[in-house]
Amino acid sequence: MRPLVYLTLVLSTGCASAGARQPSTPAPVQAPASQAAAESMSVDRAQYPSTYRRHPNPPVLIRNATIMTATGQEIRNGSVLLKDGRIVAVGEKVDAPADAGVVDGTGKYVTPGLIDDHSHLGVYAAPGTEAESDGNEATTPVTAEVWAEHSFWPQDPQIPLAIAGGITTIQALPGSANLIGGRSAILKLVPARTVQEMKFPGARYGLKMACGENPKRVYGRRGGPSTRMGNMAGYRSAFTQAETYRRRWDIWRKDHKGDPPERNLRLETLAEVLRGNMYVQNHCYRADEMAQMVDLAHEFGFKIRSFHHAVESYKIADLLAKEGTSVSVWADWWGFKEEAMDGIQQNAALNQQAGGRPLIHSDSPSGIQRLNQEAAKAMYAGLRAGIPITRDQALRWITVNPAWTLGLDSIVGTLEPGKMADVVVWSGDPFSVYSKAVQVYNDGWLVYDRNDAAHQPRSDFELGQVPAPGSDR
Amino acid sequence: MIAVLLAQTIAITGGTVYPVSGPKIANATVLIRDGTVAAVGTSVTVPADAKRIDAAGKWVTPGLIDGGGQMGLVEIGAVRGTREGALASDSVAAAFNVAEGLNPASTLVPITRIEGVTTALATPEEHLISGQAVLIDLDGGTVEEMLVKSPVGVVARLNEDVKEEVGGSRAGLAQRLRRVFNDALEYGRRKTDYSHGQMQRLSAAAADLDALLPLLRGEVPLIAVANRKSDIETALRIAREYKVKLILAGAAEGWQMAGKITAAGIPVLVEPLDNIPTYDALGIRYENAALLARAGVKVALMETDTHNARNLRQQAGNAVSYGMSWDQALRAVTLSPAEMFGVADRYGSLEPGKIANVVVWSGDPFEFTTGVEHVFIRGKEMPLTSRQTELFERYKTLPPKY
Repeated sequence: MRPLVYLTLVLSTGCASAGARQPSTPAPVQAPASQAAAESMSVDRAQYPSTYRRHPNPPVLIRNATIMTATGQEIRNGSVLLKDGRIVAVGEKVDAPADAGVVDGTGKYVTPGLIDDHSHLGVYAAPGTEAESDGNEATTPVTAEVWAEHSFWPQDPQIPLAIAGGITTIQALPGSANLIGGRSAILKLVPARTVQEMKFPGARYGLKMACGENPKRVYGRRGGPSTRMGNMAGYRSAFTQAETYRRRWDIWRKDHKGDPPERNLRLETLAEVLRGNMYVQNHCYRADEMAQMVDLAHEFGFKIRSFHHAVESYKIADLLAKEGTSVSVWADWWGFKEEAMDGIQQNAALNQQAGGRPLIHSDSPSGIQRLNQEAAKAMYAGLRAGIPITRDQALRWITVNPAWTLGLDSIVGTLEPGKMADVVVWSGDPFSVYSKAVQVYNDGWLVYDRNDAAHQPRSDFELGQVPAPGSDR
Repeated sequence: MIAVLLAQTIAITGGTVYPVSGPKIANATVLIRDGTVAAVGTSVTVPADAKRIDAAGKWVTPGLIDGGGQMGLVEIGAVRGTREGALASDSVAAAFNVAEGLNPASTLVPITRIEGVTTALATPEEHLISGQAVLIDLDGGTVEEMLVKSPVGVVARLNEDVKEEVGGSRAGLAQRLRRVFNDALEYGRRKTDYSHGQMQRLSAAAADLDALLPLLRGEVPLIAVANRKSDIETALRIAREYKVKLILAGAAEGWQMAGKITAAGIPVLVEPLDNIPTYDALGIRYENAALLARAGVKVALMETDTHNARNLRQQAGNAVSYGMSWDQALRAVTLSPAEMFGVADRYGSLEPGKIANVVVWSGDPFEFTTGVEHVFIRGKEMPLTSRQTELFERYKTLPPKY
């Protein structure tokens, strides 16, 4: 039977027109402007740089498929051309180079690769033993100094399962035991020996923060915080120290007079949030608490990029839309703890209706394998309640909206010329319960093919102890 | 169980009816009278006083039955005071029947039934012998009104989770179970000696041993939670030794020994969307339900995330996606669980005389596009409202309507 869904979180000590587009010369993928800042921090030496390299592949033309671009188009009998890791053309008629492999997409659908902005793959790896429980540094309430990538295990057997579900990029987050849990890792979901080989080049780090029940429960009898007001005091205290730290470093970096200030890894991360170089990814369920966190962000002059779980975001969808904070939600999870009691299935749809930026996240090694199904449930729940959600909007919930949340929407998340060739071919309408990913391309590399055992990656863990895969893996 | 004192006659007309007990019938009528199905077919005479439900273009099925979870036994997962599914003190809790822990006012009940699940197994959790599971309808003001059957079976766990209770070995689990069964048989034979204190100490309390006697007489099944192939083999072996009627639950690696399970005639409760490997079941996979069904095993499905028991239909859709036939999947959430739980004379299909748990769907019940249009439990139409629909109504436009 499925482990209780709240295990890692709650028991977190253990949380238009269909016209052809002209193929264009793809521009090189640009790293976000802040890349240098994001990776340099207080010091100039490189810190745990990405060693990601694109896997070389021949061009691929997928044709005669329904192309869902996540830019407002659904093109019948369309084609997508992938070359050198880039999408070079999308449209009704696309000319392919002679060396292109051709995939017949008759009856199939093509979408951008799916992006999960809330995953604990690799940090809470299967088989789920204490030895693999690396997601919460639950030793003190503020651990901004820890980085999820330093826990991440690339041989987590859950990774191939997620790839088979069409996922191409994840944000692997620390758990929610702590007020400030540490840095996230933004990863290309490809088979790799090291996490560095998976690190999305140039992606900004996220900072995991958590509201509500979890930190309170974990630290209530261990020195606090034991209340929600204690939680708030904890964040404020940490950011107050970070303000001083940032000021000292910024002054020193201007003139380099005297010895540099002493480095403090915890405050260094928080200072990056204050400088706007790192995104706050905030686990927060209740509407009233999200409003408090918005005020906290105002007090210290940063932005919360996304509220995660955000079970009650529909109650303040207007406020969140105005704030420009995305909401990362489940389709239908509720009731596993008190702050999740008011979850409703129209949450994503109501945020869309209010002009916000909803997206569907998994927070689950099981849910990540069917993010398309979760988006479908949330879309149809909205439609049945009279909220006019389009298929394109629902697709954006699992592609370009999470890409935006990670600051990568100019690079991935849509099928447009110039974007990274992260593409999924589905056996049918991705919003049908009966459809499955049949091919997954990550940066042009065929990382999964349901009909070809040669493209069904298995983790080291599986070899010799997990029975040979069926056609599903 | 209280008879439904409802004299209403309802005719659901024009829909495509899936009786499950037979092939689908296009443009058919389901006639409900006094809480039971009175007639199903294309030539049913609708009485003049019947309330008519136009189901043209709709699909009509029996209410879905969830073969697992803690419906009525949990309100908020993390709030201990609202959880009634486990008896903390006892590793042999055979006498623990969950019925009196049921909360008919649980918010989960309407939230679940308005999406087509009308009946669920409420199962005890934890321990080697967890207690007695009961079957409930998702309607009723009292426990008695909700109960369909009590007990349905005695739940035992032959897996990693409970090993520590018996000293830390799987072999210890099997041995403890045998000792308890032997003691129950001995107790059954010598109740008088027991009451006179003329027996050596038994391995469980008298009430628990007593509760095992119907199981050991083959009257009540053993519902054994087992996932690893070797654990499933242990369950089959013990069932054979004691001539116990067995239902396997979980059975994640069951597909590796589908032939043996078929040969033993053992039915299986499966959660299709389980596929995360653990040391308790490294061979867990999406195709389990399909492979078992293909081998001839009677399969029923469960959604054990009780708050989302409504996702039973998503489980069924995915079972189809991974190889079950659609008809098998519908049977696995209706008639097959009814048969396993010994209530197929009243539940699981749309046939004259059966309890009128009926759902009218806008289309294929397993598809996300499909919504529920009408739900009848024991012939009574359920309002399609819940705490969640009330929250939605309050907040669908902002500021909210207080």
